Amino acid sequence: MEQNLQKKLETAANNIRILSIEGVYHAKSGHPGGSLSIADIMAYLYFYKMNQSSSDPKDPDRDRFVLSKGHGAPALYSALALNGYFPIEDMKLLREKNSYLQGHPDMNKINGVDMTTGSLGQGISAACGMALAGKTKGKSYKTYCVIGDGEMQEGQVWEAAMFAAHYKLGSLTVFADNNDLQIDGNVRDVMNVHPIGEKFKAFGWHVIEIDGHDFDAIDAAVTAAEKDERPTAIVCKTIKGKGVSYMENEAGWHGKAPGKELYEQAMLELGELVL
Amino acid sequence: MAEKKATRMGYGEALADLGSKYDFFVMDADLSKSTMTDLFRQKHPDRFFNSGIAEANMMSVAAGMASTGTPVFVSSFAMFVCERAFEQIRNSVAYPHLNVKIGASHAGITVGEDGATHQCNEDIALIRSLPGVTIINPADAVEAYAAVEAALKIDGPVYLRLGRYAVPTVFDKETYEFRPGEAVVLEDGSDVAIMATGIMVAEALEARRLLKEEGIDAAVINVHTIKPLDKDTIVKYAEKCKYVVTAEEHSIIGGLGSAVCEAVAESCDARVLRIGINDEFGHSGPAGELINQFELNGAAVAEKIKKFLGK
Repeated sequence: MEQNLQKKLETAANNIRILSIEGVYHAKSGHPGGSLSIADIMAYLYFYKMNQSSSDPKDPDRDRFVLSKGHGAPALYSALALNGYFPIEDMKLLREKNSYLQGHPDMNKINGVDMTTGSLGQGISAACGMALAGKTKGKSYKTYCVIGDGEMQEGQVWEAAMFAAHYKLGSLTVFADNNDLQIDGNVRDVMNVHPIGEKFKAFGWHVIEIDGHDFDAIDAAVTAAEKDERPTAIVCKTIKGKGVSYMENEAGWHGKAPGKELYEQAMLELGELVL
Repeated sequence: MAEKKATRMGYGEALADLGSKYDFFVMDADLSKSTMTDLFRQKHPDRFFNSGIAEANMMSVAAGMASTGTPVFVSSFAMFVCERAFEQIRNSVAYPHLNVKIGASHAGITVGEDGATHQCNEDIALIRSLPGVTIINPADAVEAYAAVEAALKIDGPVYLRLGRYAVPTVFDKETYEFRPGEAVVLEDGSDVAIMATGIMVAEALEARRLLKEEGIDAAVINVHTIKPLDKDTIVKYAEKCKYVVTAEEHSIIGGLGSAVCEAVAESCDARVLRIGINDEFGHSGPAGELINQFELNGAAVAEKIKKFLGK
């Protein structure tokens, strides 16, 4: 990857992390850990890959994005705000009463949110629907979806996996955010979802396993996905809480906000927004 | 009222016909030959998708398809498309208010021989609790046919409740104008108002005939749209007759009976008798015999009304 692009994506990902923490801190609740683990994927999609624009958020030919792990809303909202879908300052309204920035993404309240999500397992099915509608109508848009590893305990994920392969939804690319943690602990202890890649392969998917914080690897995987007629699952090994030292690999930071002191520490570690 | 035809037939025929006039998708979960969506598949195979036996996924896939601007009809037995996929209806369809039209066939006990696991007597109660979902329960195949086009014109989710069992055709296909949300006064009356929905409309008409022989003047109102409920017509007849009877092939809890009670209790003084499935599960048997056994036939309805009126 070109150095300029690499730098741009690093900056975007850091901005997403800063705004995610800002939002969760002001809301005094929310899901920081799983927002930080997908920040690099979101930066790649919203600052490089996806054909989307805040000037035409309902463009029928735009690429679609579904955050099936809807609790990662702070990362999605940050990516949208940084793309001009709404003012960056509004990240402080996250989860507030009457705010359009709902706890989980609402397609009718926020331009740029392509599907309402929050109940795990449903977003990947909706992404299948978008890809199938596009394929049937001869559209060339791509559909991207991020699912969590804990989310894969929902049986619906595997119904969707069967469906996508059956209908050869080659325009569908699913990022599996494998940070290995869920609310009650390690996914291996709560209900083992591994081996993730092997499961998708068995369902007939094109599978690539990468480091989900490596932009070169993400780009290579998405490029390979575009050349394959099967739906692609990019299994991303990620670090929950990535970028904030005390949150990294700590299940406890799945769904809790930092207090003032820890917020300030996080901001010191992440640095300033670079716009 | 000669021809007998199941409401699911009207649904399937409408999908097949309207597929040439409107742009929409149809999905089914391996029951297309029973729900009659197969009639659509035969004419429009490129817009029909089978999800296999996976109703939860089907519902959310339909939501994703509808989000791109094309309405989707999803079908299976009511038990599975409504109850198994209920949370998907709630979060993927109802909350985002997407144009997913749920064609739920084999509702009620007239599924017959398949028995209680397939006899869905709770779906109206469930769906009625979801904001913004229209519920239409057609009385016959003519009304079911008309309801499909109406559903396409409604912005947002629609639940069409359909039956397996062939029931008398009440309406004239050539002249019947279906207007969602407007209850139809089929017969005027002053002693009691029977508010019926779905296949109970024909039974209510029979009950009226029997009551008339005994000097009781019963109004019959077809409440094809259970949500939004036509409160004006219901309250008007409750005030006029003072005695209201609801008739539905559904639990007396949460369905039309409850909806009418709510409307009446908030607006006027009238007594309400709810006729339906009395908080129990069904069982196997021929549909027609079950209708009799669960006292949903016209004669049984008439008897219950006489007792209700103290006659």
